[in-house]
Amino acid sequence: MKVALFVPCFVDQLQPQVGVDTVKVLRRIGCEVLYPEDQTCCGQPGFNTGQWDAARPCAERFVRVFRDFEWIVCPSGSCTSMVRTHYPELLKASRWNDDVVAVGKRVFELSQFLVKVANVTDVGAEFPHTVTYHASCHATRELGIYDEPIALLKNVAGLELREMPNENECCGFGGMFATKFGMVSAAMGDVKAGNVEATGAQYVTAVDPSCLMHLDGVLRFKNRTPKAIHIASILASRAEAR
Amino acid sequence: MSRLAEEFLIAAAQKSADLTHRATIKRNVDSYDTAVAKGKLRFADWEAARTYAARVKGEAVSNLAPLLEEFERKIVARGGHVYWAETADDARQYICDVARKNNVKTVVKSKSMVTEEIHLLPALEKLGIKVWETDLGELIVQLRNEPPYHIVTPAMHLTREQIRDLFQQKLPDDMNGESHQELVAAARRFLRRAFFAAEMGISGANFLVADAGMVAISTNEGNGRLTTSLPRVHVVVTGIEKVIPRLEDLGVLWPVLATSGTGQPITTYSTLIGGPRAEGEVDGPEEFHVVLLDNGRTEVLADEEQQELLRCIRCGACLNKCPVYRSVGGHAFNTTYPGPIGSALTPIVNGMKDWGHLSYACSLCTACDSVCPVKIKLSGHLLENRRKYVSEGDAKTSEKVGFSVFRWATAGPRRFALLGWFGRKITRAALAIGMSPHALGPLASWTKYRAMPDVPKDSFRALWEKNDGNF
Repeated sequence: MKVALFVPCFVDQLQPQVGVDTVKVLRRIGCEVLYPEDQTCCGQPGFNTGQWDAARPCAERFVRVFRDFEWIVCPSGSCTSMVRTHYPELLKASRWNDDVVAVGKRVFELSQFLVKVANVTDVGAEFPHTVTYHASCHATRELGIYDEPIALLKNVAGLELREMPNENECCGFGGMFATKFGMVSAAMGDVKAGNVEATGAQYVTAVDPSCLMHLDGVLRFKNRTPKAIHIASILASRAEAR
Repeated sequence: MSRLAEEFLIAAAQKSADLTHRATIKRNVDSYDTAVAKGKLRFADWEAARTYAARVKGEAVSNLAPLLEEFERKIVARGGHVYWAETADDARQYICDVARKNNVKTVVKSKSMVTEEIHLLPALEKLGIKVWETDLGELIVQLRNEPPYHIVTPAMHLTREQIRDLFQQKLPDDMNGESHQELVAAARRFLRRAFFAAEMGISGANFLVADAGMVAISTNEGNGRLTTSLPRVHVVVTGIEKVIPRLEDLGVLWPVLATSGTGQPITTYSTLIGGPRAEGEVDGPEEFHVVLLDNGRTEVLADEEQQELLRCIRCGACLNKCPVYRSVGGHAFNTTYPGPIGSALTPIVNGMKDWGHLSYACSLCTACDSVCPVKIKLSGHLLENRRKYVSEGDAKTSEKVGFSVFRWATAGPRRFALLGWFGRKITRAALAIGMSPHALGPLASWTKYRAMPDVPKDSFRALWEKNDGNF
């Protein structure tokens, strides 16, 4: 299977390892991974802030760069949802109108791609730790992703999955919200961090790098024990790597 | 930034840091969460009920004028009066006139957010009229001189101990103990006297049934029935969006409202009133008025993108699910309707420039969308408000500049890589020489509450190019 990789700006600039691990996982299940170099950002920061004029060129670029690929995979539920859920509105009445919906149908968040498209629930990973799953907002409610990451995590050798209270409540990140309303965002993060801690797990994982960056920041700020890790990194772990 | 935006920022920061407040809200909202989840299971098909409710309210919103006229005809035929109030001022004037003509000294009022919206109580009190809230929660916040904290449970933010102290101070003669039951009994003793003394009752409406010409009211304490049937004069104050086409629609709307709000199958008292006391009837007012309030609603109606906001049945479900509401509480919003529905509606009705900040006070988690019983896509309306806010030129200058840079950088992969490289390089350099992230401009608001993320040396793109994609 030929897969085009979409690496969101977040991952590109701040968490490149998530991109690397995504490539590793996709190759391990036999995908050929291409990285279209003309990509930049999905435009969500602009769209969510009301700056549609800044977001629109990003969306047009995305459609132009990715429209010829059969499968597009992205290690972020939120950015995937931007393309699938919000591009049609953003590019309404533009010349890209027809391509938008088609591209949206072919872009998948990593875990959803693995389970729903590639039909794989065991990627041969080993991660001998206790882990709890944060059901991030856009992945859960806009893309309906939940069973896929859980199935993948359950098949990781040595991994013990623990359910978090209110697992689908927002972590408080919300893009610009995190800086515009820093105190409120952090208060929401604290509630989440408390829920993570309540499970006693060593790690909290999610399909969204931005939620994890926020959670990591909140957890480390108060020297709490659990660590944030992206699901791609768990799925890429092998015994020999330790 | 508007003055209101600054006030909101301060209040929100204070409240979200108040752990006692957060614990109280969490306890109260969690108990609703459990009850609502259980309540939904009583429906054979909750999603089908939502779809029906959304369709009925949608139908009503698109036929507002003829439905209201049908409602008016039926009320007038039974001897009631219907007044169309364009503004809050109109509505207040009319109600004050009715009170004056009837020589009213005391008013009892059952729950109505619209009377909060038009600031009715101070206007009546200016005339020397005493008004008593008769909903327990509303009475509590009235005695505290506060606006309601929540549109369904006005005193959600208070503990039993706080209410006990309040009653000991304000209703000492009626206090006979401090258990939950005794506190309710004290309020009841106090309110019974108010009901019998009042010459006028004021209520809101949950629905206006067009084909029956009836006002539908849901309450849990029986105070609604006493308010609407005991005093000689009754005034219903309601927003024009409350109209629904058919009596049979209540079969779904009443249970959907109660379940979404409190998890009840239906509220304890569900009342229909159609006019003044008719011949041969034993109770009911002699004079009956309905005030149909516009107050900006037709502006929402005129907006094709956002008119679905008028479907709202004020169940409060979006407030309960909203993590921002749960953090900052109902008063920080400084609006009649707080939470997601308030943040969506207020800027449209009261002005984007002053109130647009509320549309941003949201992490776009979409939990509100998932619980709305009439399927209003609240997050979409908040996004639409933000688009309007920016297009009307209200965004901060720093943000405008920031997005110009964003636009420049995302217009090509080389520029994007260059800007990223530069940003990471100076951040790493600054941190390496021991500079605090607090000093690094845009990072300050992040690092005030969160640890700084590790800033990698290479971007993914650089790693890919270096390794030729071989990891």
